[in-house]
Order: sequence, then C-alpha cells, then structure tokens
Amino acid sequence: MADLKINFAGIKSPNPFWLASAPPTNCGEQIMRAFDAGWGGAVWKTIGEPITNVSSRYSSVDWAGQRMMGLNNIELISDRPIEVNLREIAEVKKRYPDNAVIASLMVETKRETWHEMVKRAEDAGADGLELNFGCPHGMSERGMGAAVGQDPVYAQMITEWVKEVAKTPVIVKLTPNITDIRVAARAAKAAKADAVSAINTINSITGVDLDTFEARPNVGGKSSHGGYCGPAVKPIALNMIQSVMADPTAALPMSGIGGISNWQDAAEFFLLGCGSVQVCTAVMHHGYRIVEDMVDGLGNWMDSKGFKTIEDFRGLTISKVTEWKHLDLNYKIVAHINEQLCIGCDLCHIACWDGAHQCIHMDRVEGPRDGHVEIHTPPAEFERRSKASIAVTPIPKLDHASMEAHGPYATPLARIPRVDETECVGCNLCSLVCPVENCITMVEVLTGAAPETWNERTGGTGRPLTQTVTT
Amino acid sequence: MAKQAIFEEHPEVARRFPDLHPPFEPQQAVVEANRCLNCFDAPCTAACPTHIDVPKFIKKIGSRNLRGAAVSILDANVLAESCSRVCPVEVLCEGSCVMHRYNKQPIEIGRLQRHAMSTFYDSGAQIPKRNSPARKEKIACIGAGPASLACAAELRQQGFNVTIFDKRPLPGGLNTYGVAEYKLRAADSLREAAAILELGVEYRNEEIADDAALAKLEQEFDIIFLGIGLGQMHKLGVAGDATGGVVDALEFIAGIKMGTTLTVGKNVIVVGAGNTAIDAAVAAVRLGASNVHIVYRRDEKSISAFDFEFEHAKQEGVKFVWQTLPVAVHSDGGNAKALECVTVQVDAAGKFTQVQGSNFQMACDMVIPAIGQSPLLDFLGKFRDLKVEKGRIVTDRATGATSIGKYFAGGDCINGGREVVDAVADGKRAALGIAAKLAGGK
Repeated sequence: MADLKINFAGIKSPNPFWLASAPPTNCGEQIMRAFDAGWGGAVWKTIGEPITNVSSRYSSVDWAGQRMMGLNNIELISDRPIEVNLREIAEVKKRYPDNAVIASLMVETKRETWHEMVKRAEDAGADGLELNFGCPHGMSERGMGAAVGQDPVYAQMITEWVKEVAKTPVIVKLTPNITDIRVAARAAKAAKADAVSAINTINSITGVDLDTFEARPNVGGKSSHGGYCGPAVKPIALNMIQSVMADPTAALPMSGIGGISNWQDAAEFFLLGCGSVQVCTAVMHHGYRIVEDMVDGLGNWMDSKGFKTIEDFRGLTISKVTEWKHLDLNYKIVAHINEQLCIGCDLCHIACWDGAHQCIHMDRVEGPRDGHVEIHTPPAEFERRSKASIAVTPIPKLDHASMEAHGPYATPLARIPRVDETECVGCNLCSLVCPVENCITMVEVLTGAAPETWNERTGGTGRPLTQTVTT
Repeated sequence: MAKQAIFEEHPEVARRFPDLHPPFEPQQAVVEANRCLNCFDAPCTAACPTHIDVPKFIKKIGSRNLRGAAVSILDANVLAESCSRVCPVEVLCEGSCVMHRYNKQPIEIGRLQRHAMSTFYDSGAQIPKRNSPARKEKIACIGAGPASLACAAELRQQGFNVTIFDKRPLPGGLNTYGVAEYKLRAADSLREAAAILELGVEYRNEEIADDAALAKLEQEFDIIFLGIGLGQMHKLGVAGDATGGVVDALEFIAGIKMGTTLTVGKNVIVVGAGNTAIDAAVAAVRLGASNVHIVYRRDEKSISAFDFEFEHAKQEGVKFVWQTLPVAVHSDGGNAKALECVTVQVDAAGKFTQVQGSNFQMACDMVIPAIGQSPLLDFLGKFRDLKVEKGRIVTDRATGATSIGKYFAGGDCINGGREVVDAVADGKRAALGIAAKLAGGK
C-alpha cells in the first residue's frame, strides 16, 4: 500500500492534500471538519489587519452545461480579528496535532509588523507560514499581496524580514500575474525561503451581463477585476510550476495550486515536482468530502505503478519538458481511425478541413484503390448532397424489408472518414475532437531519418543554415 | 393570435389527454442541447424528410438563441411545431443519432425542437416573411393538411397568390382532426396553421368535389396542388359492420378532438394494429373503457405499428388478440354487442386460412375498424390524364409534378400514407417545383 505521508520542507502531513488559503479555511470549525473528512493540512485564510468585504464576491464561467469551469473572486483576506484566528489555530493544533496547519500572512510592508505577525502565528502553534504575495485584487491596491509578488525587490526584502525571526518553514506564495514567474521564485530563493507555492489566482473579469451591460461579479452596478481559479487555470499553473522547477536558481520545494479537482490533477502536479498540493475551488463546489477519492485514487494509482511514496515519482516529468528548439523534427505520427469504434459523427473530417490540414476525407464508400488517392470533395458538398436527398419515414406496411436498414446499427462505411497519411501532419486535432475514447489514435511512422532538433539543424543559431549566403 | 379563438379544447379532453412527452424546462433544454456532438453532415439531418439542420438549431438552443433556433427550423419545415410532437423520431432523427453507437442515449431532438417552436409561438412571434417581389400567378391547394400548408407557405414566401380549399371548417387536416390529442392538440395545430395563413395565404372552406367545381378552379388558378390525402377508412366488410357502435378510428379520434365524443362503453374492440389503431385504442382507455382489445389477423412480430407505439399501448392497458379475424358484428337493439371472430393462420407465402370451428365471440359496446384508408379513387377518376398507380398519384419525386402539367401533388395521396413530416417535405418540394415551372414560363 502506498504511503501518502509527506514531509514538505519540514512540514509533516498525513497526506499531500491541503486546503488552500481561501474561504474553505476561514475558521477553526471549518478546518476541523475538513480534517475529519480526510484533508492532510490547511493553509489558514490569510491573517492580517481585518478588512471589510463587499457583496457579491464570486462569479464563475460555465461551460457546455457544466457549472464553474472557472471561478473568480473579489473577496479579500480574513475579515476576522487576528487574535480570533490565532486562538482558533491553537485550538485546531491541540485537537489535530498530526495535521498540518499553515498560517497565511499578509501585513503592511514594515519590518516590525512582519516580525510581530510571524511570532504571533508561530506562538499560536502554526506548523509553517505562507506569505501571501499573490492576492490580485483589493489588497494589491494597498501595496500588499500581488503588489509585493510582482516586485522581486520587495518580495525578497519581506521574505528576508520573515526569515530573520521565523522558526517554522516559510512558504512564499507566487502570483501568476507577472511576465516570468521565475523572477519572483528566484527572489524567494535568494531570501532563503524554505518553499514556494503557486499559483495564486489570475486577474480576470468573468463576463458581462448582456441585459445590464454590467460585468460580473456585480457590486451595486460596478465590478472589479478578481482572481480566477478552478479547472480552467490548471494548464497555466502546470506551466508556471514546470518553469520554476526546471530552473535551478528558482526551484524550491513547491506546493502546487491551480484547478486541482481530483487525484489525477494532483498526480500531474507531483510529476512536475510539487511536494504537496492545495485545493480550493473543487471544495467550494462540492465540499470537503472530495478528499476521500483524492486519497483513495492517488493511492490506487501509486500501487498500480509500484510507487511507495510521493517522492518515488515526484518531478519525473520536469526533464521531459524542454524548449521547442530541442524537439525532434523527424518524429512523425499520423492519425489512425478505429473503424470498429467510429460512430460516424465526422467531427474529425470537418475539424481537419476547417481547422487543420485537409487530410481527413469522406470517400471511403468508393472502395479501395491502387496508389495514392486525392479526392478532395469539400465539406459543403456533402451537406448539399444530404439536403438534396429525398428521405422518407420508414413505414413497415409500405416499406416491408427495408425497415432493417434503419435505426441503431454499426456505422455505415460512407460515414467513416479516411486519413490521408501522406498528408497528415500528426497535429492531434482529430483525436482531440473525437468523442469516442481510443477511436482515433496517433500512430508513429518511422521516417528512417535520425532525430534532429531545430537547434541542431541551425547549428544553434536559430536560423536556417541553408539561408546563409557566401560572399 | 385572434384565429385561435375559433377553437377551444374541451376541458374534459384536456384532462384525459395530457401531454405524452412533457416539454423541457428551459435549463433542461440547454443541458440536453449541450450533449449534442454537432456531427458534421449530421445523420439526423439526412434522416429528416425535411432535412432540418438539427445540429444548427440545437447549437442555438445551447447558446440560448431560441428565436434563431426556431427560425432556422422553420426555414426547413414550416410545420415544425406539429412535427416536433408527432414525428416518429425513433425511426427518424433520433433513430439515426450517432449516440446509439456508443451506448449513449440519443439526443432528444424532438423535444428540443418542440422547446424552440413552443417558445417561439408562445412569445407571439410570427413566421418571418421573406421579402419577395409579388407574383401575379395564382395557385390553388386542395386540402388543408400538412402537404398543402407546406406548399402554400413556400409559394406565398416566394410572392405567389395561394388559396387553400378544404371541406372542413378548420385548417390543418389530420393534424387538427386525426392526431392523438396527447401528442398534438387541435389548438396547437390550429395555431400553426394560422401562422401560415398569416403569411397571406387564403383559406376557403369549400369542397372541390364535382367537375363543375374543378373546371372553375382550373379557370381561376394557374397551378393546382393536390394535397388531398386519402379517403374514407376501409369498412370491416363483414355482416353487421354498419350497425350502431361501429365507428372508424379517424372519425372516433376526430370526435374526441372536437369535444363531441367524450364517453365510450365498457368494452371496446379495435380492429387492426397500425399506428392509428393504437391511437384509437389508447384513446378508448383514456375515455374510461375498462376492456380495450386490439384484434389483429397477423402475429405480434408482424404488427405494423412502430415498436414504441406498441409498447405505449401495452403500458396503457390495451390487450392484444393475435391471428384473429372479425367475421360478423352482432347487435342488440341496433347497437353492437359482440364481435364474432375466427382464428386464422398465415403461411409462408402470406396467405391466410381460417381455422375451421374456431369461431368465438367477444363482447363489445363499440367496434373501431382501423384497417387503413382507401384512396380517393372517385375523385382521382375525374382526371382523365392523371397517372395513378396502386391508388397513389404518380409524381416526379423531386418536383411533385404529376402527369398533367397544371397539377402537382404531395402528401398521403402520393406516398400512400406516411407521416406529417413526409407530407411537409412533399409539399415544399412541390412548391419549389411549381415555382421553377412558373419561372420558366408556362
């Protein structure tokens, strides 16, 4: 059985699943219920001088009938007095000594204020500290949150102040609202932070009401940009985490954040180097109970792969991501359609014609041919033919035997597309639009050519060698 | 919608014939619309006799562009609301849905179409009028059923003057008088017919029966479209088949829809096992009959109703008596009291043989023959040069042209009796054929 226990930069936790600093970690009562549900740790809702919030605070992006593909918020840090939060931290740690409780902190940019805040949080019993340098709305207008995270000088300075007094591990939470997140991570590393966490939320406006022309979320007719999170941001988070973890001058123990909704998402973050993950939106959508499958699913997957601990597979993918110029230009794959699985939706055909390279054709019914085939009937012609055809309702009494030809049956050959492999560029698009699992697969074609990257082809110049002119 | 006021559904009919397939709630429709894969050159569109662009309108429902959805549907099928209720979607669009092929529920295309169309008409919207230059030619459509309505709508949209003639006071043909009320209410059929008349189509409640009327019509109109459907239902053809209590299925259903038939006796026997027989049998159950039997000369496997209709009848409590042929209706005081039947066997060649001595009687208060409609041979006989085969007017399928230049035809009178959507497709094709003919000069 896989052992999910972790020691993240000195913070021990029964499993790598932590609640991110957010509404699900607003108070001790919530966090204790979360620990009962199985969460390994929790990063407390950011503690600082209490603020005043607005209503409303959240808005979301739905997609294809599903709710909350992405969630946006304009809520600020904790609106509860510092001493109340600290008292509850102490109580939670007393009752749940094995779970990780990390205090997220944000105070004004003054050395003494940070010193005092760090000491108070540690005195309350926090296992670690997370410096909120990422909150993208409201707090940043007051010179805190993302305003710090976007300025490596400030970020390094405050981290150094914290490290002057901190006895527990210090995690710097990075903002994605920056051109190159590695710059902020390097600042944290230079300041001797113990770890980083990423990503915080992304600046966003989720939408506009088409009746009132007001943006969402709406506060009395006005909106303000918020922080975007949820499944939609996962790819952005993965990229930023990879870029930090692949950079020796930036890499630190990484707590991954950004759209993690299940164990599969989490495993991907571990593979890109994360030592723990933090979750918010999925809990705001479905409650603390989702952690049960995260723990169960990750354990089962690790067992199936023979991994005993997170460390066994952490970071395995980092080196498998590289710059484009190091990719093999001679690697070739082509699309292959499994005729047994094809349902005849022909989305691959229209996607290839309109969105790719015009090499998936609807000419299968004409039978096998010798040699290379080039029948490029454009999509509109098929639609025209269909609409010009005379179709009638099959009536048993009138049609007798022909009834057999109707209803659910295997896909007719005429609707199974054909891939012109000589033209296929192996872009993947058809396999992405195909609704049937494993119906379109990308199959490697041996070109016989030795691997060659753009870097190699251009001798490292980045320009085609054939273009050079001798004088 | 002033025209709706001419008809009000009897409250008792409304109570006994609630919607068989309830409409979608708006959010339900969006969820269902989002399940659609939006197939390219979609099989559902190809299967629809009117080739409604199904993925297109479903996508519009998904984006909450309901008006756009309805207008794109109407563009292909002007009787889209009634089709959404009465189409046997199981053997048409939904039957061809690719979802079947990977164990997923087909998209509920019929209900989605109904959602778009009901929302459209409920909002008081009218069919958008095309901005076509006025044409001087006049076209008469005989019969006010789906074929004529579709033909008239298309021709009117192209600027022609169109007049529909029908012997019944209300337009719509079988949509108004013959479709099971739990599928399509007469009031909804009339709303749809009114929307077509609103385009500027004239409706005349006149029967074109004799040579004089035809001659007058030929004089007044440039082209005549025959959307006359089929004629009377076949009689049982057995002793006593004209006695009281013997009512053919279409007459029975029309009586219910018009609110004049609200009760039936305890024991009802329907003869025949087609879709109309099922409608009549279920209607008898709904009106309170305690024993409703369908008597059919073939076996269960040979039933001519669609499978889903057969299932529906069984669920409603209709019982089936297979391989049985009526031989006489016995009456008491002028009203049917028993149907005498005989067991039959059918050989491989399809020949029926009565089993000697197998006669038995089934008690009944009402016998409903539902063994098909006969063609209007008398009427068709008035046209000397009209080519008719097996009781059907012979046409060029693509244009609806008959063997007489002035006449076009569509619907049941050419296809032998199919669905509303087939009639609509025929009517529209004929309209395009007529327009093409008139464009080329007479």
